[in-house]
Amino acid sequence: MKVGIVSYGAYVPRYRIKLEEIAAVWGDDAQSIISGLKVKEKSVPDLDEDAITIAVEAARNAVNRGNIDASRLGAIYCGSESHPYAVKPTSTIVAAAIGAVPNLTAADFEFACKAGTAAIQACMGLVGAGMIDIGLAIGSDVSQGAPGDALEYTAAAGGAAYIIGSSDLAAVIEDTFSFTTDTPDFWRREGMPYPEHGGRFTGEPGYFKHVTFAASGLMDKLGTKPSDYDHAVFHQPNGKFPQNVARTLGFTPEQIKTGMVVPRLGNTYSGSCMIGLAAILDQAVEGDRIFMTAFGSGAGSDAFSITVTDRIEEIRDAGPKVEELLENPIYMDYASYAKHKGKIKV
Amino acid sequence: MTVARFWRKIPHRYNLIGTRCTTCGEHYFPPRQMCPTCRREGKIEDHKFRGNGEVVTYTVIHTAAKGYEMQAPYNLAIIKLDEGPSLTGQVICRQDEMEIGMRVRSVFRKLGEESNKGMIYYGTKFIPE
Repeated sequence: MKVGIVSYGAYVPRYRIKLEEIAAVWGDDAQSIISGLKVKEKSVPDLDEDAITIAVEAARNAVNRGNIDASRLGAIYCGSESHPYAVKPTSTIVAAAIGAVPNLTAADFEFACKAGTAAIQACMGLVGAGMIDIGLAIGSDVSQGAPGDALEYTAAAGGAAYIIGSSDLAAVIEDTFSFTTDTPDFWRREGMPYPEHGGRFTGEPGYFKHVTFAASGLMDKLGTKPSDYDHAVFHQPNGKFPQNVARTLGFTPEQIKTGMVVPRLGNTYSGSCMIGLAAILDQAVEGDRIFMTAFGSGAGSDAFSITVTDRIEEIRDAGPKVEELLENPIYMDYASYAKHKGKIKV
Repeated sequence: MTVARFWRKIPHRYNLIGTRCTTCGEHYFPPRQMCPTCRREGKIEDHKFRGNGEVVTYTVIHTAAKGYEMQAPYNLAIIKLDEGPSLTGQVICRQDEMEIGMRVRSVFRKLGEESNKGMIYYGTKFIPE
């Protein structure tokens, strides 16, 4: 049985802060940070937006784009590292807000930045086993960076939702492969508002090792090579990491160009790779092959090999494209940003 | 607001589920269980409003109620939905963008929260169409 993407949707809040604005507050050299991270600005949630509202908007875009009867959904899994409730599922609220309740299973996933792709894999399993008709996998975050911490330059807000099924596919997921180890490169303890990280340790033993092994593992399993793919997207904690890992694996800058959303968006954590994939689907044509590898600290990577079908033309224009979501932003100063992010307590 | 009171209204708050009288075609939001025009002849069924409409009138709240201080100033409007009923809702945009007659569409946002350990209330707000 072929399993794949029936529909997809993304959502990005309208607010942005430029990295120069953050650097000015902390006395950092803005140009050095921008050229090092290869990020110019990042998205900021509105005062009344969180990982749940972003998940709902992305899910509604996916349901509307594919003209899906939400009552067909047999599973909803929401991946995030910023679920508003510690106990009370994001996924039940999403299910109610898109009209999918009550005959379905639902759960929240957590795996740093790759909880959303883990949700895709879970839906693939249920669909492939014939247990459900279609399932909804969401990656959504309003990621946190402590004031003055390096993460503050990139921690952004956004999400994407994918409806996984076995018929009416806009893209076939040929296979997936994961690589997982116990690597303490980044964490947030219970009750703590901001995560801690191992600085440069997040690079080689974290991101690069896991992305490389998962990507290589999938290509070995399928007998494919980088030149077999038209597009590639890797987790985008900044602009530098995906460029470097793509080069190491043998992908060209042209292959990762379409899905590289981080320079204008920042790192949307669980949404990162999935918004990049949505940006590719917004432009891909029938027969295009897409290689995607997500990374989540802690640590693990999920790699996917995807082929676009002719149905993409039918659904593509029925929802907002990532490029449209990135257009017309509202720029804010650091004080307004701090208020939006709850860094000001009254 | 008690948990039960919010929970009972989740369909209305999340998805603008109201009612419609199939006898006379009138739409109701909040939902009515009896059509005041058709009375016993009326037949009421659930209706999901599309969420599009226009601003009938509005005000800008500068002195916010408890729990909404961080959002001030914000726009509170009476919105006439395309199907007929009017409701009060927040319109998310700059104050200088607000005007009577402007088209709006519904979005899913946080309406408020009980406290930092209480329940979070989600529901419908509006943005310019």
